[in-house]
This record gives sequence, C-alpha cells and structure tokens, in this order.
Amino acid sequence: MSTAIEHSTYNYKVVRQFAIMTVVWGIVGMLVGVWIAAQLAWPLLNFDLPWTSFGRLRPLHTNAVIFAFGGSALFATSYYVVQRTCQVRLISDKLAAFTFWGWQLVIVLAAITLPLGLTQGKEYAELIWPIDLLIAVVWVSYAAVFIGTIYKRKTSHIYVANWFFAAFILTVAVLHIVNSMQLPTSLTHSYSIYAGATDAMVQWWYGHNAVGFFLTAGFLGMMYYFVPKQAERPVYSYRLSIVHFWALICVYMWAGPHHLHYTALPDWAQSVGMVMSLILLAPSWGGMINGMMTLSGAWHKLRTDPILRFLVVSLSFYGMSTFEGPMMSIKTVNALSHYTDWTVGHVHAGALGWVAMISIGSVYHMIPRLFGKKDMHSVDLINVHFWLSTVGTVLYITSMWVNGIMQGLMWRAVNADGTLMYTFIESVEASHPGFIVRWLGGVLWLTGMLIMAYNVYMTVSSKASEKAAAQTA
Amino acid sequence: MDINVFRGLMSVVLLFAFLGIIAWAYSKKQKKSFDEAANLPFADEAENDDPNLDASSSLENKKHD
Repeated sequence: MSTAIEHSTYNYKVVRQFAIMTVVWGIVGMLVGVWIAAQLAWPLLNFDLPWTSFGRLRPLHTNAVIFAFGGSALFATSYYVVQRTCQVRLISDKLAAFTFWGWQLVIVLAAITLPLGLTQGKEYAELIWPIDLLIAVVWVSYAAVFIGTIYKRKTSHIYVANWFFAAFILTVAVLHIVNSMQLPTSLTHSYSIYAGATDAMVQWWYGHNAVGFFLTAGFLGMMYYFVPKQAERPVYSYRLSIVHFWALICVYMWAGPHHLHYTALPDWAQSVGMVMSLILLAPSWGGMINGMMTLSGAWHKLRTDPILRFLVVSLSFYGMSTFEGPMMSIKTVNALSHYTDWTVGHVHAGALGWVAMISIGSVYHMIPRLFGKKDMHSVDLINVHFWLSTVGTVLYITSMWVNGIMQGLMWRAVNADGTLMYTFIESVEASHPGFIVRWLGGVLWLTGMLIMAYNVYMTVSSKASEKAAAQTA
Repeated sequence: MDINVFRGLMSVVLLFAFLGIIAWAYSKKQKKSFDEAANLPFADEAENDDPNLDASSSLENKKHD
C-alpha cells in the first residue's frame, strides 16, 4: 500500500495510516449504526443475546463513529495541516507512530469490552478505567507531537487551523482526565469519585464539551484549512477567525447543563446552561459564515467539484444544527424535545451532516496528495457518495423530527381528568414508520462509505500516475 | 470582597477582554500580518508538491475583506 514515494520534508506515513483507518472505522461504525437502527424497527435483530442487544451495541456505535472514525480523521488532518502550515516535519516520528498504534489499540479494546457489557455507564465515556488510562497516555503524546511541531515551526505565524486543533487537543485531555476520575474496585469495575448531581454535572460538562471540542473545534480546524485549499482562495476574514476562536472557546465550556434540564441539578445552573447555549449561536454562525464566504467569487467551482460540495454542505448542516441546538436548549422547548428522537436527529444533523461530511471532503482532498496521485480514481463516484450522504442525512433528520415531536406531544397529552392520554408503548408503535425511514437514511450513508472505500482503494493502488508521484517528490 | 461583587467584576473584566480581542483583531496594524497568515495554506506550494494545483490561480495573493 505504501508504495508512494516518501515526502522529503513531511511525515506522511502516519497521516496515510490515519486517513485509511478513517474510512475503515467509518464503515464499521456506520454498519453498527445501521444494525441498531434496524433493531429499533425490527427488534428481532437483537437475537435475544446479551452481546448483540441494543443497550450494548449503541455505545459501540457511538464510540466507533466519534472516537474511531472522527478521531482518526482528526489525527490525520491535524498532522497533515500542522506540517504543511508550519512547513516542518512532525517533531517525533516515533511518538506519532505511538499515537497511531495506541489509538487503534484503544478502539480494539472498546470493540471487545462494550459488547461484553463492561462499561462505567457514562455516556460517551463508557470505557472502563484501564482503557481510560491508555487513552490519557496516547492523548498526552498526541498533544506533545502536535504542540512540539508548532514549537519548531519555520513560519512566523501559527495558522488559525492549528489554534483550533490545539484547543481541541488540550481541552479533550482535561475533559477526559477530570471526567474519568474513578475509584477502581477490580480490573473491570470502578466507581466515579463524584456523587449524585455533581457526577451528572461533571459528566455533561464533559459530554457537551466533547461535542464542542472533539466534534466542533477540531473539525473547524479542518474547515479553516481544507475549505480555503479546495476553493483555492484564503479564508474570507482572518480577523473574524480570531474573534470566532476566542468566542467559541470561552462560551462552549458553560453550555453543558442544558443536558440536565428539569433534573436534580440546581435551577440556576440549568438557566446558566440555557443562556450560554443561546449565546453560542453567535460564534457558531460567525465561523460558518466565515467558511461559506470563503467561496465568494468561486461559487462556480461547486458545479464541478464534489469535494468542495462535501465541504460546503457540511457547513450548511453545521449552521442548521447550531441553530437547532440553542433552540432546543431553551427550557420550554426542551420540555417537549428531551428524551425524544428529536435529540437523536439533532445529534445526527451534526454528526453526519457536519462532522462526517467535512471529514470525508478532507480525506478526499488528502488521499491523492498523500499517495502521490494526480486525483482520486473517480470524481463521479465522489459525486455519487455526496448525494447518498446528503439524501441519507435529510431522511435521517426529518424522520427524527417527525418522531420526536410526535413522541413529545403524545407523552404530555392528558385527559380531562389528568390521566395520561397515551401509554408509552403507543408512542413506540407510532414511531415505527420513522424508525424505518431513519434506517434507510443510514443504509444510504453506509453505501456511500463503501463507495468511498472502493474509490480510495483504486486511487491508492493505481499505477497510472507515477509521473505525478515523481513530481510530488 | 463579597463573592457576588467578585462575580460582577469578573463579568466586566471578561467583557473588556473580549472587546480588546475584537479591537486588536480589527486594528489596521494587524492587517498585513493577518494577510500573510491567511495565505499560509498556499505558502508551501512553492515546492511544487501539489499536482492538483493550478499555479496561476493560487500564486496571486488573493484578498478578502
């Protein structure tokens, strides 16, 4: 596979490894997603086995798509961008290789432990304490490689994408370590050191900042490099990007309590979470507009370049979900939406529409350059992938809107005498058509990823462009 | 100091810090260095390691805002 000529300055090996694994883990994570979506529509698919039940496979799905697929995309793009914008090789090839193999080991351990039911029961932080320790070591190494590379840069500026990547890396280190504080009782079991509502608050401080930094700041780093690069023009406003950075970093930290509306969390803390979530609209849209406007004067490129389409449509979904999020954090709206499929739809508008699409666009941009080819094997197949992803996302989020609002209304409907109008199972039965449409959206997404894998394989293994390879060296 | 006075003061300090960042980011003085920074993604193309690149379109120093 690595027949490409090594780059004279940069360490492309680790970038290639992470880029390929992005595609592989994307397929695995989405396959599990499609499976559990099918389980909700056809419960028979739980097979009456503990290891294949929805409750165990759902964390496997979330961990695989967020940390394996999204994580590999973040490692690949951050190592690529930091080298190219600092014009220097990664500070340590060995440590970079350790982050690759360490991260893959974390993923494999997750894939073994979660179906076995080994979990510490915290959403998006399910992995048991020995794996948490490994994550901490790998992550600190990642921070050392990334910041060390910035430190020895040959350029005088630190490009804005690197600011976002660095903020993502440092914050995730803090979040992971604080939220994973556990007292082990055995090799596979532990108790959180926090109690009651404090534990819930720490968990959602972690949980929402995992969204804000892992799934947003890092991918904004991608946006600030790959959108200008693919559009062949600098970012719309560098000044706005600086204000965007500081505003986003400062506000995201406080939004977590909106996950705990109407719980035992003190009321004032819920209100702080709501207000901060509303304020968050401003930096989110500032960043989105900055990315979109980068195309001003180059909009015609969208007609011919499906990679640019992936990047720009991801920004549309980002704008949409960062409007929807603050709206859902309003307590009265949340009273309707919470615990319904609306939340699931919102997450996927962000995760499929924004995170996955910008990652896929970035990987399509990098693959030919990493492997010394002129272009991807088939631009038409990228276009097919683009439409499968877009239609899949739309099917997913619209079915979940319908389901979510319907569930919320059914659960709160009361008869004249104050009794509930519907049983819970009636709302589940009414959700069945939506579950099937959602599954179909997932199938389209998975199909798109398989087409991507074929396209990447054909690009990497093609011998046609050795001339381009020679040119690259 | 009463904790609530401290909290109020912190809000004011943070507000001014934010206004300071805006003033700094939008000051004329920074314009030139920001333009340079904005072009960093294109700076390493001089090595000609980017087979996809249409050289004429990237080398001119395009500017927004």
